[in-house]
Amino acid sequence: MAIDMLGKRVKRVEDQRLITGEGRYVDDIKLQSMAHCAILRSPYAHANIRSIDTSAAKGMPGVLDVMTGADIPYNPLPMAWPAGGSAGLKNNVNSPRALATDSVKWTGEGVAAVIAETAEQAQDALESIVVDWEPLATVVDAEKATQPGAPQLHENAPNNIVFEWAVGDREGTAKAVDSAEVVVRQRLVNQRLIPNPMETRGDIGWYNPGTDEYTIWMSSQTPHIQRILLAIFVMGIPEHKLRCISPDVGGAFGTKIFTYGDYVVVLEASKRIGGRPVKWIEGRRENYQSTIHGRDHITYLEVAGTRAGEITGIRVKTYANLGGRLSTIGPGIPTTLYARVLSGCYKIPNVYAEVVGVYTNTVFVDAYRGAGRPEATYVVERAMDLFAGEIGMDPAELRRRNFIAPDKFPYENPSGLGTASGGAKIYIDSGNYEPALDKALAMAGYAEMAAAKGEARTRGKYLGVGLSSYIEVCGVAPSKWIGAVGEGWGAAMWESANIKVHLTGKVVVTMGTQPQGQGHETTYAQIVGHELGIPMEDIVVQHSDTQGTPFGYGSYGSRTSSVGSTAAIKAAAKIREKARRYAAHMLEASVEDIEVEGAEYRVKGSPDKKKTFQEIAFALDLAFDAPEGMEPYLDETAYYDTPNCTFPFGTHVAVVEVDEATGHVDLVKYVAVDDVGNKINPMIVDGQLHGGIVQGVGQALWEGAVYGDDGQLLSGSMLDYALPRASWLPNLELGETVTPSPVNPLGVKGVGEAGAIASTAAVANAVNDALKPFGIRHLDMPFTPQTVWKAMQTAKGAQA
Amino acid sequence: MASHIALTVNGKPREVDVEPRRLLVQVLREDFDLTGTHVGCDTSQCGACTVTVDGKAVKSCTMLAVQADGATVTTIEGLAPAGGLHPLQAAFWEHHGLQCGFCTPGMIMAAADLLARTVDPTDEEIRHAIEGNFCRCTGYQNIVTAIRAAAAVMRAGVPAPSGAIQGGM
Repeated sequence: MAIDMLGKRVKRVEDQRLITGEGRYVDDIKLQSMAHCAILRSPYAHANIRSIDTSAAKGMPGVLDVMTGADIPYNPLPMAWPAGGSAGLKNNVNSPRALATDSVKWTGEGVAAVIAETAEQAQDALESIVVDWEPLATVVDAEKATQPGAPQLHENAPNNIVFEWAVGDREGTAKAVDSAEVVVRQRLVNQRLIPNPMETRGDIGWYNPGTDEYTIWMSSQTPHIQRILLAIFVMGIPEHKLRCISPDVGGAFGTKIFTYGDYVVVLEASKRIGGRPVKWIEGRRENYQSTIHGRDHITYLEVAGTRAGEITGIRVKTYANLGGRLSTIGPGIPTTLYARVLSGCYKIPNVYAEVVGVYTNTVFVDAYRGAGRPEATYVVERAMDLFAGEIGMDPAELRRRNFIAPDKFPYENPSGLGTASGGAKIYIDSGNYEPALDKALAMAGYAEMAAAKGEARTRGKYLGVGLSSYIEVCGVAPSKWIGAVGEGWGAAMWESANIKVHLTGKVVVTMGTQPQGQGHETTYAQIVGHELGIPMEDIVVQHSDTQGTPFGYGSYGSRTSSVGSTAAIKAAAKIREKARRYAAHMLEASVEDIEVEGAEYRVKGSPDKKKTFQEIAFALDLAFDAPEGMEPYLDETAYYDTPNCTFPFGTHVAVVEVDEATGHVDLVKYVAVDDVGNKINPMIVDGQLHGGIVQGVGQALWEGAVYGDDGQLLSGSMLDYALPRASWLPNLELGETVTPSPVNPLGVKGVGEAGAIASTAAVANAVNDALKPFGIRHLDMPFTPQTVWKAMQTAKGAQA
Repeated sequence: MASHIALTVNGKPREVDVEPRRLLVQVLREDFDLTGTHVGCDTSQCGACTVTVDGKAVKSCTMLAVQADGATVTTIEGLAPAGGLHPLQAAFWEHHGLQCGFCTPGMIMAAADLLARTVDPTDEEIRHAIEGNFCRCTGYQNIVTAIRAAAAVMRAGVPAPSGAIQGGM
């Protein structure tokens, strides 16, 4: 039986429970004798805590315990990705504690926790905690925070600077800029975003006094990493005393990678109340105030080149807002994942980037879908359009002229991706950018856009078209590179898979990765079914519980399909090889003579002499007749460390209409041509692209986390933060080119972030194109009606 | 002081004592263990908690449990007969109308309300009908496709599951 399910639009295994309301997210779990936790959060963005009086709260109905930072005898939360790493660059590190002790640095930092019989009682008792605050001056803007006289957040971080980091060729780029025929300069703001997975975070901590062991159910992308970080770095207990379980996770987009204080609070609270489990569920406003935000860069861009359209250099200085204290990998995002890919899909010979990481009185900033690469793509794609406008060239033509040619791969880029100290290198593995551009232009009707602009004007609309050609970096990263560059977890980044075959031939696959909606239970079953020649119905995929899954680094950075899948293929190959050896024994043939097709193991030249996978599994499980030296049972684990990252690419085209009377921007057409290599399940790939694109469109048109100068989060609820709604969007038109990655056996690349990386710049370029008739060269996002209308009025005034 | 309420949930009569401040969604999730109805926000924006009350889609976080006294409530668990799928559930599955699944029950219940009123909705009508429901994973596109497909199935005369949506079909 040939099983060919790779590359097919297979319906998802996980959906049955999710469409019937039988999913199990953290808040759906009810444990015997479970208590509930609520966290008191700072109303001030910057304040010293003189004292906290919890006595009244302790007497409130149902209250079991009240904790403050002083009650938590553990280390601060770890920061695992310093800028500069082995280059020895100093990072002025200030990490959050589970609950703040002496001071708070942002509105919403946790300062006390109530444990009560019910969630309502815990919430009620928060009101009775009295904190004596000493409010301090605040700063929320990263650039302003570095200037003399700005309020200072931390003694060890003068001018609020976490690090000053640089990458690329400083002298060469200076020369390129100084000697260029054309230099375009622009200040670009990549505004702060709130990621907004539909399930907020939440966790249940349980301390078992009988075994002195801890268990935590957590809405996390990284249960294995959290076990290391919480046990070893925070609590100082051995890893094997902590079990981390991620049940169904309702979206994450990066936010659930990190170590948060509430994990520690619920574990310690459970211990303090004698081993009753303690549940904490984050409210949405709480999520806005205390779970990481994304982006928030201010960038000074210089792009240099010739009048003929050759880009010769790009230089940036970026202020990256990292919040009031550092999240788990906060510094890694605007350094490695941003500046090292700043040249994108272009053969720009000179690149130099300076990045200043900055503390402000805002919640910490860390990886949000794309993490650094959307910011880089925004910079380079705005650069292309600004430069094209300056020299009067079609933006598509400028891109075409500067693409890395398809015969240049593997390509070592000039912004330091391949120049890590220690000699380990990452190359852009593959690419063929022009066909994707051509296809996108054809699908969008690019040639007819001039006519469309004229037609729109007759309706009081200004039509704009914007391109975004991008690369994404998936499958971070070879452990050797991580070790050499010192930029990473300070650990490896491989993945794992275990396959067990029951005596009936049914298969359990356990993975080290952790899904949050990507459909791993389906795609891994497709892969393993394909490899072993058995139907998907015979396979179950398990994950996300440190007890019972092999160690893995989790799912983020679009790494599962390239790194995790390859681990699954390797484990399946081991199973197949052992089955083949046993088939040889059963069929009294030499191993070399056994050929495998699907689930059939047969002797070459004797097609009647054969055993099925199920027969072999049964025999090996019973092991009545196992040959000398062969272990019973089919149970194999494989670990996979990728030799290189993978680099999806593509071109997106956005078409917008700006209403002259109101400033309203309507996204009227969106075309995306993406090359993600081979696809395991095209249906899931399309879904990832849809979702990513819309998140990026959201940034361009509507979304923005806004803090007042006093550090109050003005966009503090879903009423105030404009998430994309169904009625605001057109149908997206997807196209593809297929350039398999040479890095892994499936030829896959990854797709989780591609949409979000490309789409923001495409829409921003389109809106700026639409505003060109007003003499507007650049407008910062989000392009709300108010922003656009004001810009048009200002421009008209200037023209008058 | 608790109030006593009686209501019909997914076809079964239920009675419970509730604090007056408790929301319908809390009673459904915590007292009746119907955890398919989710809470995604605190400002009635996300729609993850959408159920039908007397046949109409309601965000169950906007309604006090005491207001549901005497009402007939259908949640995602009761949309189809046990072991079966409502055409919307089948279509969401078939057309990849969900990823993480957290918004899905509310999205399906909002769509059920639409299809009870409009047998052949346009894409624009579908997008309008679900604009009170956030989805952060799918970009809505496959949700729209799924609802359109479910409408076609229902128009073709596949019998509506009994006791699901009042006034439908």
